[in-house]
Amino acid sequence: MSILKIKHLLGLEGVSAEDITKILETAVSFKQILERPVKKVPTLRGQTVVNLFFENSTRTRISFELAEKRLSADTVNFSASGSSTSKGETLRDTVRNIEAMKIDTVVIRHSSPGSAEYLTKCLDAKIINAGDGSHEHPTQGLLDIFTLREKFGNLKGKKIAIVGDIAYGRVPLSNIYGLQALGAEIMLCGPPTLIPRDIEKIGVKVSYRIEEAIEFADALNVLRIQLERQNSTGLFPTTREYFRFFGITKERLKSKPEIVILHPGPINRGVEIDSEVADGENSVILEQVTNGVAVRMAVLYLLSGGEEVRENQ
Amino acid sequence: MNKKFDYLLVKNAKILETDEILDFVVKNDTIDFVGKIDTSNFNGEVWDVQQKTVACGLTDIHVHFREPGQEHKETLHSGSETAKIGGFTSVCCMPNTKPAIDNEQIVSFIKQKSQNEITNIYPIGTISKERKGVELSLIAEMVEAGAVAISDDGSCTMNSELVRYALEYSKMYGIPVITHAEDHGLTRGAAMNEGLVATKLGLKGWPSVAEDIIVAREILLSEFTGGKMHIAHTSTKGSIELLRRAKEKGINITCEVTPHHFTLTDEAVTGYNTNAKMCPPLREQADVEALIEGLRDGTVDVIATDHAPHHVDDKDTDFPSAAMGITGLETAIGLIGKVLVANKILTWKQAIEKISKNPRKILNFEIPQIKKGSKAEFTVLDLEKIWTYNLNETRSKSKNSPFDAWELQGKAIGVVNKGMIFKS
Repeated sequence: MSILKIKHLLGLEGVSAEDITKILETAVSFKQILERPVKKVPTLRGQTVVNLFFENSTRTRISFELAEKRLSADTVNFSASGSSTSKGETLRDTVRNIEAMKIDTVVIRHSSPGSAEYLTKCLDAKIINAGDGSHEHPTQGLLDIFTLREKFGNLKGKKIAIVGDIAYGRVPLSNIYGLQALGAEIMLCGPPTLIPRDIEKIGVKVSYRIEEAIEFADALNVLRIQLERQNSTGLFPTTREYFRFFGITKERLKSKPEIVILHPGPINRGVEIDSEVADGENSVILEQVTNGVAVRMAVLYLLSGGEEVRENQ
Repeated sequence: MNKKFDYLLVKNAKILETDEILDFVVKNDTIDFVGKIDTSNFNGEVWDVQQKTVACGLTDIHVHFREPGQEHKETLHSGSETAKIGGFTSVCCMPNTKPAIDNEQIVSFIKQKSQNEITNIYPIGTISKERKGVELSLIAEMVEAGAVAISDDGSCTMNSELVRYALEYSKMYGIPVITHAEDHGLTRGAAMNEGLVATKLGLKGWPSVAEDIIVAREILLSEFTGGKMHIAHTSTKGSIELLRRAKEKGINITCEVTPHHFTLTDEAVTGYNTNAKMCPPLREQADVEALIEGLRDGTVDVIATDHAPHHVDDKDTDFPSAAMGITGLETAIGLIGKVLVANKILTWKQAIEKISKNPRKILNFEIPQIKKGSKAEFTVLDLEKIWTYNLNETRSKSKNSPFDAWELQGKAIGVVNKGMIFKS
């Protein structure tokens, strides 16, 4: 029996504060393990995890793979290029074939919103969503929250602004649901073409002015601007114009010397964030990457039925 | 099974329009006699309908029967069988077959292949060749072969000039031009209605304004050309408001609404339910209320099913990849009863008019009556019956309905058409 209420990690919508806190606290213990000379524990020995990546990803895939290896799981990587999907096989057939090889957990990245949830209807395995289109990316949300907790402790009443491509990214919803569960306040900021319709109805503030977001926030989560969104789809005219009106620069942060800067990566320097800020002392961007491994270890461990880990274990 | 007859005596029929209880005799496909007859010498079929309602044959102006080209989803035969279960005696099939119904040969193929079915299957021809929106199809030839309307179906004709010509050219025959109202520039990659539910599911939205813009254009073009325009599956509050004003102005335009659009909202998509994926998409509560008000005040002329069968492989997949549309012939009357009649939006008489006489008027079809000499095409309905839809028993080759296990009100118990009788 898992100590979590959730059976799969499909998103952070509807996940209780209790479950989120358990995952984050377990991640604290795993982070300590990652500081040791021998960074490996035997907890998932004999279990098989498949990383099914139908879309390109470097950091998320490596982070999951490392987390799995450090828990001693057997891992298999599947990427869409050169696979059976290019031969016309359906998603259902692909995953059922892989499950027939006796696996325990599937980590999936896919361009379709709902693809992770769909797998729960096809398979008996545990499903972890590593990003489903522009829906959710729950482990990213968890690692962002983990990083914020390291900075702030309790997040109740803390103000977080999420800046950039809200409509097409997978990070915003996971951040919003997770942070709301822990009592933080959220503002979304970006050009109106990148803010999805009716988003304010889920209890967030919306601003089209970066100065207002900076004024509001204890921390800024700066999202990657996907370059393919520019002009061809008309969502914003040029990256230069975006940087001029929404780019995070040292100058803009002058009034907030203590502000914490997150970014899920990969960074477009000089588009959504200036190098001086990305590499500066307010930035926790590389800590996010380190924390990602610990958080994913915690998710894999708890979903496979692991007990609470004590910090000095 | 459908049973052929020479003479049929129908006893104790309750006539929908008048509530009279009548007996009448049908000879082949014509009403031969109305009134009491001495049954001792009667040598034919006898059907005592026990005071169930007899109505003008239900007529669906909007179905997809997939033949030719996608016979694994539906055929003319399986479509006809499904229609009769729902009480439909006449249906119009949309031209998005493979190949499209864009010439007289395919029109004739459909007419000939379906001639022995109990359901009348009327082809709708395309507006443009291959539904590409570039040049007009051979409209006159198709009409002469039996096409009853023209439409490019899901490929909304974006070139306004072509719609103008279609409206003008079709005046030769008085047939309607049917528009699927969708500005495709506003719906690229869209999987469901644009709004809170789409935002929460991370799905690309289909804004209601993409429909409204085309409805407004069609109103203006109808007025300008004096042609006959019919708007398919109206789904938005904006469309209804535009159509109401156009009708007040006396413009020759009609519209239909589907049972699923007046029953469900986009909340049904939650959980990525692919049986709630359709085009146009399920909308929001305010839209549903506007559709219902349009049905009540007469802005909406017709109820049509948009029966759109899809194979399970096209639905059992991730949401963006799933096909759009649901089957609807078997659940139409039951949903009308449950949503419109039980809630006193419409009486049965008003509701059935919208799914029998009104589409027939738009299509210039004869309206059958229980009168000597009239065409004998009618549906027998148990309007009080509360029943549960069981999708596993469908006659369709496809099982894509969101209404499985729903409790519905009102059900067809049989049809008479073309000298054949079917009792369920």
